[in-house]
Amino acid sequence: MKLVIIKYNAGNIQSVRYALERIGVAAEVTDNHEEIAAADKVIFPGVGEASTAMQYLRERKLDVLIAGLKQPVLGICLGMQLMCKHSEENNTDCLNIFDEEVKLFLPKKGDGLKVPQIGWNTIRALQTPLFESVPENSYCYFVHGYYAATGEHTIATTDYVQPYSSALHRDNFYGVQFHPEKSAEAGEKILANFLKI
Amino acid sequence: MLAKRIIPCLDIKDGRTVKGVNFENIRDAGDPVELGALYAKTGADELVFLDITATNEKRKTLSELVSRISQHINIPFTVGGGISSVEDVQVLLQHGADKISVNTAAYKNPQLIADLSKEFGSQCVVLAIDTKQEADGQWYVYLNGGRVKTDTLCMDWAKRAVELGAGEILLTSMNHDGTKQGFALDITATLSETLSVPVIASGGGGTMQHFTDVFTKGKADAALAASIFHFKEIAIPELKEYLAGQGVRVRK
Repeated sequence: MKLVIIKYNAGNIQSVRYALERIGVAAEVTDNHEEIAAADKVIFPGVGEASTAMQYLRERKLDVLIAGLKQPVLGICLGMQLMCKHSEENNTDCLNIFDEEVKLFLPKKGDGLKVPQIGWNTIRALQTPLFESVPENSYCYFVHGYYAATGEHTIATTDYVQPYSSALHRDNFYGVQFHPEKSAEAGEKILANFLKI
Repeated sequence: MLAKRIIPCLDIKDGRTVKGVNFENIRDAGDPVELGALYAKTGADELVFLDITATNEKRKTLSELVSRISQHINIPFTVGGGISSVEDVQVLLQHGADKISVNTAAYKNPQLIADLSKEFGSQCVVLAIDTKQEADGQWYVYLNGGRVKTDTLCMDWAKRAVELGAGEILLTSMNHDGTKQGFALDITATLSETLSVPVIASGGGGTMQHFTDVFTKGKADAALAASIFHFKEIAIPELKEYLAGQGVRVRK
């Protein structure tokens, strides 16, 4: 199986590669169009800011390439948000794979919630083979200030300020808001499940 | 719901763990990767590696170490100690660090925080503050590992750092550090309730009750400790059972 991680200006790509190595799979990190198109599975990672990342992708025509992929694709964190329609983060048009708007968390005064959300939160209402054998309410590691609301593509829900999509799915595209590469055993199971899809 | 985090801190010198550790079930107590992996396995939520290596040359050892940690450990980790430039951070993140912490260099050059958060995102910029309550009752910022006093109030510096882009505050009370008499609840709560970003409390944790207190009364988002974990005075699984029993939400 040929697995690629899309290389672009949003880190931390190395952690994803190491996490895959821990479950016994070597991944190639590349921004080469032909190699990405020829891969069996594609991982679209990301930590960073939406508009800068989208600009980088557009300049290299990776935006069109990613949206047109037919093999299973897994977006992680910012990667998932970029797969949505639009992000409030610097008013950025994204890849429109998921028809969702990405919005800033707005906690009510006095509820003690911080933005960004940093730490371990639970995932529930788990659907699709991505979460096979992953127990309901497993803890995963999140670091994000923006979120995608729940909708028709939601395959996992997390509660912070309000319920929101901690994972999305449409056709061959999957996205997770948490970092499976940093989510201990649950994260490793989810990555292994993706590799089996 | 978001869980409160328990964070063991490992002091590193020339790529090895310093300060004693007392674990029978690992081969080499000096290897930070092995110790870190053991903590990850027993339920630590994050790790902090604090590099106390003095020379720049030996910094290479650090990036190699960060790479090994990232290869072997499946929870997030922060690297701190002597970080003073965007280039320093670039190297550490490229080797797999999730966050970096800055302290004295950021105080002397606050623009560093803005530069780092712009370049890498505020989620990976942790501002460490060493603070001490003086006879006047105020909490002041100290630099250089607590050796140099400033006239700046802890709250003023923390607020400014968050405005500049710090994504978390790691707050160490010098009055409490090493005492095992409990965390500094007042200043922790004041910071946590005032700032929009998470606060990690450090210094003084000696009993499991101290951790309950820092999460409930101190309003901390995370608690950090070193020797009580290294010397197995408190085991993380028991601590988490205890906290859950006290109504504190933790990941088990």
